[in-house]
Amino acid sequence: MSEEKSLEKVKAGKEKWDQGSVQKTLSKAPERRKTFTSISNIPVERLYTPWDVANLDYGNDLGFPGEYPFTRGVQPTMYRGRFWTMRQYAGFGSARESNERYRYLLQQGQTGLSVAFDLPTQAGYDSDHPLSMGEVGKVGVAIDSIEDMRVLFDSIPLDKVTTSMTINAPATVLLAMYLAIAEEQGVPFDKVGGTVQNDILKEITVRGQYIYPPKPSMRLTVDLIDYCFKNVPKWNSISISGYHIREAGSTAGQEMAFTLADGIAYVQACVERGMAVDSFAPRLSFFFNSFTNVLEEVAKFRAGRRYWARVMKERFGAKDPRSMMMRYHVQTGGVTLTAQQPLNNVVRVALQAYAAALGGCQSLHTNSYDEALCLPTQDAVTVALRTQQIVAEESGAADTIDPLAGSYFVEAMTDKIEAEIDDYIKKIDAMGGTLTAIEQGFVQREIQNSAYRFQREIESTERVYVGINKYTMEEPPPTNLLKVDMSVGEVEEAKLKKMRAGRDAGKWKAALDHLREVSQSDQNVMPAVIEAVKAKATVGEICDVWRSIYGEYRPKEFV
Amino acid sequence: MAQERKIKIIVAKPGLDGHDRGAKLLARIFAEAGMEVVYTGLRQTPEMIVETALQEDADVVGMSSLSGVHNYFFPRVVELLKEKGLDDVLVVGGGIIPREDVDGLKNAGVKAIFGPGTDTNDIVTFIKDNVRN
Repeated sequence: MSEEKSLEKVKAGKEKWDQGSVQKTLSKAPERRKTFTSISNIPVERLYTPWDVANLDYGNDLGFPGEYPFTRGVQPTMYRGRFWTMRQYAGFGSARESNERYRYLLQQGQTGLSVAFDLPTQAGYDSDHPLSMGEVGKVGVAIDSIEDMRVLFDSIPLDKVTTSMTINAPATVLLAMYLAIAEEQGVPFDKVGGTVQNDILKEITVRGQYIYPPKPSMRLTVDLIDYCFKNVPKWNSISISGYHIREAGSTAGQEMAFTLADGIAYVQACVERGMAVDSFAPRLSFFFNSFTNVLEEVAKFRAGRRYWARVMKERFGAKDPRSMMMRYHVQTGGVTLTAQQPLNNVVRVALQAYAAALGGCQSLHTNSYDEALCLPTQDAVTVALRTQQIVAEESGAADTIDPLAGSYFVEAMTDKIEAEIDDYIKKIDAMGGTLTAIEQGFVQREIQNSAYRFQREIESTERVYVGINKYTMEEPPPTNLLKVDMSVGEVEEAKLKKMRAGRDAGKWKAALDHLREVSQSDQNVMPAVIEAVKAKATVGEICDVWRSIYGEYRPKEFV
Repeated sequence: MAQERKIKIIVAKPGLDGHDRGAKLLARIFAEAGMEVVYTGLRQTPEMIVETALQEDADVVGMSSLSGVHNYFFPRVVELLKEKGLDDVLVVGGGIIPREDVDGLKNAGVKAIFGPGTDTNDIVTFIKDNVRN
């Protein structure tokens, strides 16, 4: 029987089933609801059959792992070779406290570090700046100078672990400090591996840790990418992030679409700088969210991989397959965690981690169940890490590649999300690119509309959220919350004062003057930043040089 | 017939925290509930928030913080409002705020704290019931 005939038979069979068995059952017992939708509001049918994936062309649309279009994964053996990198985002208080947490996590079997910086560091202010008041060491570690960085990585060999740093506007400064510490440890730059987030576009749209206007921000971003591909070949010089887009309320499709649109803007900027696409594109990496709706998440990851491969090949003419691979880190969904019945979050995180594994991530952070209440405690962090270890070692998800491929539903969903991505990218292209779409508030409004819709669905109980609008209960106040010592700010201020008094003022000034000169020219700023951090210039002082040249960004608010 | 004055609310993001999903969502929900809303945007100092409240002749100041700085910022805003003679402005807050901090904030003059998972209708009702006449 020909394929077409067999499909026709399926179609006819489904119609018969619909009118027969289904109607008979429905007449006795209606379904739970009139229409079913995924958490991202994608309609979900009662049943999927080969008819729903009739247009799927295995070779063109799926292919094989490690080969174009990478739908099934970016490596030929995936987790049969080695598991994803288990990388828990951590950092709080002083460099010393964070160093202790890192060493604890490495002892527990974590395989990579992920540094959370406090907000002053992320916004390019020193611990003694008036705007740092109350924020020092709160949501991450406070880093002012190379001396703090040295303590942060004390007894951690930088040629053995890879480190991811969530740092954007001042990414060049923190990378410079990291490289300087590697040098002190005797580790050559080509043995240093890790990631800086360095994604300023999503700071402007959803995350809020910007400093300079978009154009000079993009210059610093590209300087870092350019420097790394020439000098630090194992470094992922950008982590193009959808995570925060999703946290801000987007759907799964929007998360992928707006992230890939940002990716297109970065590739374009590098190409305009004169870099050959295959020189830098293999070091681009991505960062996504994972929510509890496992099948939709898996479809999102697969759709993103396929779409990005096509963009790189067709739009940018990449030849190196590595340039076409959407390699990415995943963090489970922070906003999905509830302050109510917090232990339920362990289950949410497990499902989200399972989705990340089935979706083919390269590294993973699993959230702690207490994060809607406070910064994670050590006990909660341990459970989170064990969750990934259970998914890796016990669930079987890691033993065969892309196990959900061929599921009529997952393939149909993958197509649907890819179509949504394509639709948004075309719209953004028509506006003149992501920067314009952001300036006009298009991206922000699309995300906010989804956030609003979701909130209303919860409040009308149209969508159930366990512990929030169903299965609620009275609970005693939570105990054992992590508290950051309020005195961190004072301690950091005192340390900073002492460091400033003790440094070689002549060397320090010369380094900052040189940085200013370079920043006003077309030269790459990275070497001058490295010299400045070695001369003990602080994050705030270096960022101030650029503030005085580039000005500060004040966004229009779109509410 | 005299038209009833709309409730005017300042929605503010104190400090360096960039998490503004909740603030923006509530700004929209307050507007739909018939209030006049001024959203400050990010990186507000207590002085900036109070200055906006003064300029706008606001009835309510709502602050959202998810970075753990509420114990410094919220009471400071109440204090500065008092200094400016704006004692009758209703101050409320929300975000990631440990329950053990709530009493202290209330004693400092923050009238209500709304944590994650709060029904936004409850927030609207609270404001309408407690705003100055």
